[in-house]
Amino acid sequence: MSPLKISWKSILSKPLSSALNILLVAFGAGILTVLLLASSQVIEKLNNNSKGIDLVIGAKGSPLQLILSSIYYIDFPTGNISLAEAEKVIHHPWVKRAVPLALGDNYHGIRIVGTDTNFVKLYALKVSKGRFWERDFEVTIGSKVAEEQQLSVGDHFYGAHGLTGSKDIHKDHAYHVAGILEQQNNVTDHLILTNIASVWRMHDHKDEIHDQHHQEEKEITTVLIQYRSPMAVVLFPRLVNQSTNLQTASPAAESTRLFSLIGVGLDTLQWFAMLIMLIAAISVFVNLYNSLKERSYDLAIMRVLGASRMKLFLIVIMEGMMISFTGALLGIALGHVLLEWIGLYQDSSHTKLSGFFIIPEEGWLIFGGLAIGFCASIIPALQAYKTNISMILAKN
Amino acid sequence: MIKLQQVTHQFNNASSLAFDDWTIRAQEQWLLLGASGSGKTTLLHIIAGLLKPERGTVSINETPIYALSAKNLDQFRGRNIGVIFQRPHLIKSLTVLENLILAQRLAGFNKDHKRIKQVLDSLNIAEKEGVYPSDLSQGQQQRVSIARAVINRPIILIADEPTSSLDDQHTHIVMDLLKAQSESNKAVLLVATHDKRMKDSFTHRHELT
Repeated sequence: MSPLKISWKSILSKPLSSALNILLVAFGAGILTVLLLASSQVIEKLNNNSKGIDLVIGAKGSPLQLILSSIYYIDFPTGNISLAEAEKVIHHPWVKRAVPLALGDNYHGIRIVGTDTNFVKLYALKVSKGRFWERDFEVTIGSKVAEEQQLSVGDHFYGAHGLTGSKDIHKDHAYHVAGILEQQNNVTDHLILTNIASVWRMHDHKDEIHDQHHQEEKEITTVLIQYRSPMAVVLFPRLVNQSTNLQTASPAAESTRLFSLIGVGLDTLQWFAMLIMLIAAISVFVNLYNSLKERSYDLAIMRVLGASRMKLFLIVIMEGMMISFTGALLGIALGHVLLEWIGLYQDSSHTKLSGFFIIPEEGWLIFGGLAIGFCASIIPALQAYKTNISMILAKN
Repeated sequence: MIKLQQVTHQFNNASSLAFDDWTIRAQEQWLLLGASGSGKTTLLHIIAGLLKPERGTVSINETPIYALSAKNLDQFRGRNIGVIFQRPHLIKSLTVLENLILAQRLAGFNKDHKRIKQVLDSLNIAEKEGVYPSDLSQGQQQRVSIARAVINRPIILIADEPTSSLDDQHTHIVMDLLKAQSESNKAVLLVATHDKRMKDSFTHRHELT
């Protein structure tokens, strides 16, 4: 019959109000867990995908759109650029690596990316089955693509025009799966890679009918740039803007901008969750404070039976802390379940959120839960400590 | 055994109450008589170590109890003094067994299930071990509260108006139980009452005026 057990029994003896308090704490902690987990996963995914990419060059338009379309493959590209114009800057000595991207087709919503071996080096890709693409119309597919579309080495499929939808299918050439990539846990798991010539030839056939001269000026969508020296950070974008008609965008700067836009919403939610936690604390306090009146006789009897003042203090404080601790644990568990559930309903597979993900901040959440319980029960506990037993027993 | 010397209690409204010196020897059974408001409960609380008097000393087994530290006094009370109140006042969230284990643990003893069984047996409520107080009759609750008071084999058993809400028949039963329990535990019995029905059953009487 330790203080802990007495507190626990007391919680069980009033199940409704205890459950309400636990739920309040759990609700607040749950929202905070979802926010923490989601933002840390999004940041991790953003960083993981833009690793090693210092600059994106593409057609004029929104720089954020440029980043979203050519690093995260979620928005539409700003348009195409002429390969000749891009060539003017990508051979500059500040550039360590330039990765051309030709977007435009998809297979069941998965983007087909025309690129070269620099892409493989940039993301340090390896094949788990088969080999990298070599000839035209050969593709190497991401691990998730193979899994979700049930494609294996040797299979053929037709790409569709555009980045989504499968109405306008390129029936002239079939793509041939040459290899499957090892899982990278970034966006490359969800891409189909081929050479740029395949993308050009896929569209050339049509162009021959409409416009015979088109073949002369070859176009790509964007170029991903990796710098050789830090000096380039400031100077290279300026150089591109001065010498060409192209647009540059820095992934770091645009991610920060994107986050500052979403950040307001996140902050609001966070304050909302804190407010719920505060209400939970007040509710725990009111509950303990009220029940103390009923329990004052119980506590006095415990003193008669030999309990010290300190023991009564502990019994009350532990009751508050147990409620908030249980609530925090429950909330964290709920947060994980909720996030996994949200993930199930997300359509873009490579930005999917997972509930099976633990971050150190959750430890702080549990600590915060305990602190709330302590703060809410300190005043009732002090009252229990100061109880004048003789007076309470005499009142009877 | 118990010695009160020049005990005076000061109330909040500044009136003070001086008690006569009183000596109680081991295993004596005493009745504390007095009209309501004469200070019976106050005196009982002073003897039980619940209320420190303004002046004077209370010694139990040669120990001046109010010279003990607060924590030691709590422990001393839990181990040596059993108190029975007018109403049972069991802890509602605990079963009969748990209420009795609590009494053992709070006094700093280990849980002793054998002793609990023995005491409940002697009070004829052995089968109520796992029951919550709210499911017991008033009489059964009173027995449990007696069990709780004697569970640690106290040297003093104090009862404050234990029969004031009982009819004649139950008054006799409770008094017999108290006497039997104090005898079998070799404890001093000290009963405060204004109940005339009990006057004749005690040889030692201490009257407050």
